[in-house]
Amino acid sequence: MTLAADAREAEIHLEHVSKWFGRGENDAEMLRAVDGLDISIARGEMVALLGKTGCGKSTTFNMICGLLAPSEGTVRVQGCDPFKNFNDLRGKIAVVFQNDRLLPWRTAIGNVELGLEMLDMPRPEGRKIAQSWLSRLGLEGHENDYPHALSGGMRQRVSIARAFATDASILLCDEPFSALDEITGQRLREEFANLVRENRKTAVFITHSINEALQIGDRVVVMTRPAKIAYDVRLGDGATSEQNAAIRARIQDVLAA
Amino acid sequence: MARSMRKRGAFPHTAMRAAEILAPFLLLAAVWQIASYNFPSYLFPSLIDVFVHTIAIFASWSLFAEVLATVGRILAGLVGAFLLGTAIATVMARFRGIDRFLAPILNFFQGIPALSWVVFAIIWFHGTEPRIFFIMTMTALPAFTFQVLDALRGMSNDLVEMVMSFRPTRGKMFRVMILPAILPDILTAWKVNLGNASRVVVVAELVGATGGVGYELLQQQQIFDMAGALAWTLQLVFFVLIMQKIIALIEAYAFRYRAISERSL
Ligand SMILES: Nc1ncnc2c1ncn2[C@@H]1O[C@H](COP(=O)(O)OP(=O)(O)OP(=O)(O)O)[C@@H](O)[C@H]1O
Ligand SMILES: [Mg+2]
Repeated sequence: MTLAADAREAEIHLEHVSKWFGRGENDAEMLRAVDGLDISIARGEMVALLGKTGCGKSTTFNMICGLLAPSEGTVRVQGCDPFKNFNDLRGKIAVVFQNDRLLPWRTAIGNVELGLEMLDMPRPEGRKIAQSWLSRLGLEGHENDYPHALSGGMRQRVSIARAFATDASILLCDEPFSALDEITGQRLREEFANLVRENRKTAVFITHSINEALQIGDRVVVMTRPAKIAYDVRLGDGATSEQNAAIRARIQDVLAA
Repeated sequence: MARSMRKRGAFPHTAMRAAEILAPFLLLAAVWQIASYNFPSYLFPSLIDVFVHTIAIFASWSLFAEVLATVGRILAGLVGAFLLGTAIATVMARFRGIDRFLAPILNFFQGIPALSWVVFAIIWFHGTEPRIFFIMTMTALPAFTFQVLDALRGMSNDLVEMVMSFRPTRGKMFRVMILPAILPDILTAWKVNLGNASRVVVVAELVGATGGVGYELLQQQQIFDMAGALAWTLQLVFFVLIMQKIIALIEAYAFRYRAISERSL
């Protein structure tokens, strides 16, 4: 079987993965969100995932994270089934969700500490790490604010801090920088890219911006509806501007199709 | 600025609030007192008599012990119903089949009057305390179960998934997500059920209790002492008010994270 070899090598490996959601009782009403998706992501890769709205990107994330079981096919993360062997991947995957999903009853710093608590980290140590992440994301002075007192962009930054604080080796980010202003977004994108490269993390991030995808991705994957790969390209370091322009044109074509 | 403004207005505001709350009671008291001058005292006793009776209950340890006995019965029954209801609700939330099976039974229970439980308790159980405990638990059980179940079902799926993504143990999931999420509904359930239970307990105490507010009420009825009946009733009302206040304080502390909208509903 091809699965065995690839799945062991790859950090994230999806083979013939489909997901459908029932709407009502009969199968005719099933909605296909992901359709026979094959993708392999190697350790240390930074993959930008592009695709029209509603094409099944978040659903794919949820399957990689083990929150959803695939209807068909296999999902492997570091060789484990993330849904069935749910606990084996504790501390290995961190997710930045599309919406901030902060616990309203916890302060900013309390929310960032959440993942560390799940890993049984001693409190003072967790607090220090959470504090340093909040500072990196420009939230100094807001540690003790409750989410309702933070702006949308600040909340999203808290949720980025929450994901990064656990130091997981796999980062799944669903439009992490979309709620930020141009300047902050740019700074965080660079910081995100550095972080992933320095720590040899594997990162998959969903974005609607071709620029963002080309700027920080090592690889750009474009999905069609229902999620299936339409275009998959690795970006070389020494690519000429013509090559980049061609890739950009191709991505635009595929997205427009 | 805003704070100092609020401070300056604080006293008259509190006084206004107090007046607003007291006004209806003062009116009620006045009407009653006027009635007491025109009717025999076994119908409308003077409020002074009621007051004297109330103080007498507070002052006498043996009488006040009866109030405490009733309070203990209310709390024991509610704790029993709450624990049992939470267990049932948890199972119902997890397994659809059990939910479909138990929901109609609980609905059926909800239709049974408190007095019927009294009769069943007398037939099935010996001893006053087990009977009262059974009645209190059974009458509060369906409400508690449905309230806890709704609270569990009402949890934000987005937040549950987010916490899940960190792969917590069951215990941690409960501590960081489930408990804080359902606490508001649980406290509301307690408020509602406390009021109900304080009404049911008096009926439950008719099953041959030799003490407690229900028993004392029965005594007052036999000697046609309206002032005494009122004084004993007031004890329960006070208890409910005190408990509501305690729950309100817990809420004020536990839900300090909530945003306060400047425009109210
Ligand atoms: N729990 C669910 N139940 C039913 N249908 C769902 C569910 N989750 C997603 N879907 C459907 O699956 C499809 C893909 O949804 P998904 O959230 O994965 O899209 P997406 O690519 O993340 O879109 P966007 O870019 O707008 O976030 C949508 O058509 C959506 O209606
Ligand atoms: Mg999405």
